[in-house]
Amino acid sequence: MPEAVIRTVGLGKSYLTAAGSFPALKGVDLCITGGEFVAIMGPSGSGKSTFMNLLGCLDTPSSGDYFLVGRNVAHLARDELAALRNRCIGFVFQGFNLLPRMSLEDNVALPLVYSGCRRDERRQRARSELARVGLADYAGARPNQISGGQQQRVAIARALVNSPQLILADEPTGNLDSHTSAEIMGLFADLNRQGISIVLVTHEADIAACAARQVRFRDGLLVSDEPTRSETPC
Amino acid sequence: MLKAMLGEAWQAMGANRLRSGLTMLGMVIGVGSVVLMLAIGQGAQYSVAQTISTMGSNLYIVIAGSTSAGGLRSGSGGGPTLTIGDAEAITELDGVANVAPVQQGTQQLVHGPNNWSATVVGTTPPYLDARAWTLQSGYPFGDSDVRAATRVALIGQTAADNLFPNDDPLGKTVRIRQNPFVIIGVLARKGQNLDGRDQDDTLIIPLTTAQRKVFGNPFPGSVRMIMVQATSAEAMPAVEASMVALLRQRHRLREGQDNDFYLRNLAAAADSAAETTRVMSLLLGAIASVSLLVGGIGIMNIMLVSVTERTREIGIRMAIGARQRDILAQFLFEALMISVAGCLIGLLMGIGGALLTNALTDMVIVISGTSVLVAFAVAAGIGIFFGYYPAHRAAALDPIEALRHQ
Ligand SMILES: Nc1ncnc2c1ncn2[C@@H]1O[C@H](COP(=O)(O)OP(=O)(O)OP(=O)(O)O)[C@@H](O)[C@H]1O
Ligand SMILES: [Mg+2]
Repeated sequence: MPEAVIRTVGLGKSYLTAAGSFPALKGVDLCITGGEFVAIMGPSGSGKSTFMNLLGCLDTPSSGDYFLVGRNVAHLARDELAALRNRCIGFVFQGFNLLPRMSLEDNVALPLVYSGCRRDERRQRARSELARVGLADYAGARPNQISGGQQQRVAIARALVNSPQLILADEPTGNLDSHTSAEIMGLFADLNRQGISIVLVTHEADIAACAARQVRFRDGLLVSDEPTRSETPC
Repeated sequence: MLKAMLGEAWQAMGANRLRSGLTMLGMVIGVGSVVLMLAIGQGAQYSVAQTISTMGSNLYIVIAGSTSAGGLRSGSGGGPTLTIGDAEAITELDGVANVAPVQQGTQQLVHGPNNWSATVVGTTPPYLDARAWTLQSGYPFGDSDVRAATRVALIGQTAADNLFPNDDPLGKTVRIRQNPFVIIGVLARKGQNLDGRDQDDTLIIPLTTAQRKVFGNPFPGSVRMIMVQATSAEAMPAVEASMVALLRQRHRLREGQDNDFYLRNLAAAADSAAETTRVMSLLLGAIASVSLLVGGIGIMNIMLVSVTERTREIGIRMAIGARQRDILAQFLFEALMISVAGCLIGLLMGIGGALLTNALTDMVIVISGTSVLVAFAVAAGIGIFFGYYPAHRAAALDPIEALRHQ
């Protein structure tokens, strides 16, 4: 059996608000093995994004443990978390989050700057990732010169550039029309076939259907976890 | 990495050119004024030092004082209280190098069709030594000239230029009140004295000739002032004390009676002039530094605005793996770039301004390598000092909070 990429044990997160402590996540146990494609679903406010941010090492849990590739990262220091985000995880956002002043190539190469790559290597790897998402001809363009779907492809290329084992995507198709969404999902399916584990949050059943496994959240708890029934090709 | 940071900082500056330019302007003005003020201050110090070095060292001037005979008080130099005998007696004191009695005044000099008003100094040969004045050509007059009251003269550069525009003055004749004086020597150039008077606008003649032919002397044997040079700066206090005692004794002044002469310590005057210009240049530098400080605060202000505006960018960078020190370095680098670029332009402007000042006025300016280096180091320091707080704030942002911004 393949090694667990993600294992959470009683993972919880409470936010401090004016009204007091608000438990957004109330103890989630989840295990995802290498090469899996998991969709997370659930109503708004059920804690999906909170959970994803914890998985992405962008935030630290209030309780429980999180094992990333076997290592407990729940209580690491900021710079250690930054190194994990840089090398082990590729994060794809709903709003693309590209830097508007930079060319697409520089956007894709940015994680490599922080891992200390040399300039020519950065350039070469950024170009090959852009080619992988079908945007080889747009290396010099700015984010505002391309469509939303293309911007999300660039964001995926950036997530891939440091060859992570895991891609986390929080509603990556939330800002896209259904046709473009299908294209992006095709890209994710491709990457998953190449062995990369993917965890994706979505509200739409047909998007979730691309994943082999569907997890449901409600009120900060994991309420169902089952394989996708209908095999729809993506 | 450094190259990538340089490129990014450049890009960030280019993204808001007007703002970067205005921020830089603060540094430009700050550094420019520091460089200019230091140049002017150091120039003033230099020219005072130069003047002092032409004055002659360790000098006293004893000036005939007021006599209070019969309740009538004459002004300083007005009374016949100093004599040639006093001068000769001072020569015998320990620690005295040169003594020269002096009688001087402004007179009209005439040579052919040219005439010129200059300071005529009647004195004795030690005068030139006391004032460290050398001859450019010719010879000085000697004691025999003083004894015989010969009509010879040494001419200063300014007087020579005006009386002999095209000629060598050596051997020519100058008339003062119809008395012909033969020029036997031309003095080397000295420039201005501490009061701003041109020391080269002068004619030096034997004391006896001056008293008999030029100024007239109602009290034979008396003299207006005596220049006294001590052998060293250390000897000056002792010389001063023994000189006062000697003159009081010679003038039969009783205990409690005021001196009937004035003693001026030129070395002290020189020291205080040097101190004054030193304080002035410090003050100029301090005032200019305030504008540098204001420039630095401008940088801090803009960097704080920039951090707030780019919170989301910071969040994105953190999300893809920027460590705190990467963000810190990025913003520090931007601040440093603005301040160093501003400093370079400011240096050029300051030096340009100093050269312009020199060209438009006769002010002496001195641009020293140290002052340029100091300005540069201070600007870089300001970039780091005022850039650190905004950069630290950027680095301390929480990734999630930053990403959620806007
Ligand atoms: N920074 C925060 N401070 C306080 N409460 C928060 C914060 N972030 C999220 N919450 C609360 O935590 C709960 C879970 O939020 P979360 O963003 O995880 O929901 P979600 O499942 O992603 O919803 P959606 O589908 O709308 O994106 C919500 O009730 C939300 O109001
Ligand atoms: Mg969400």
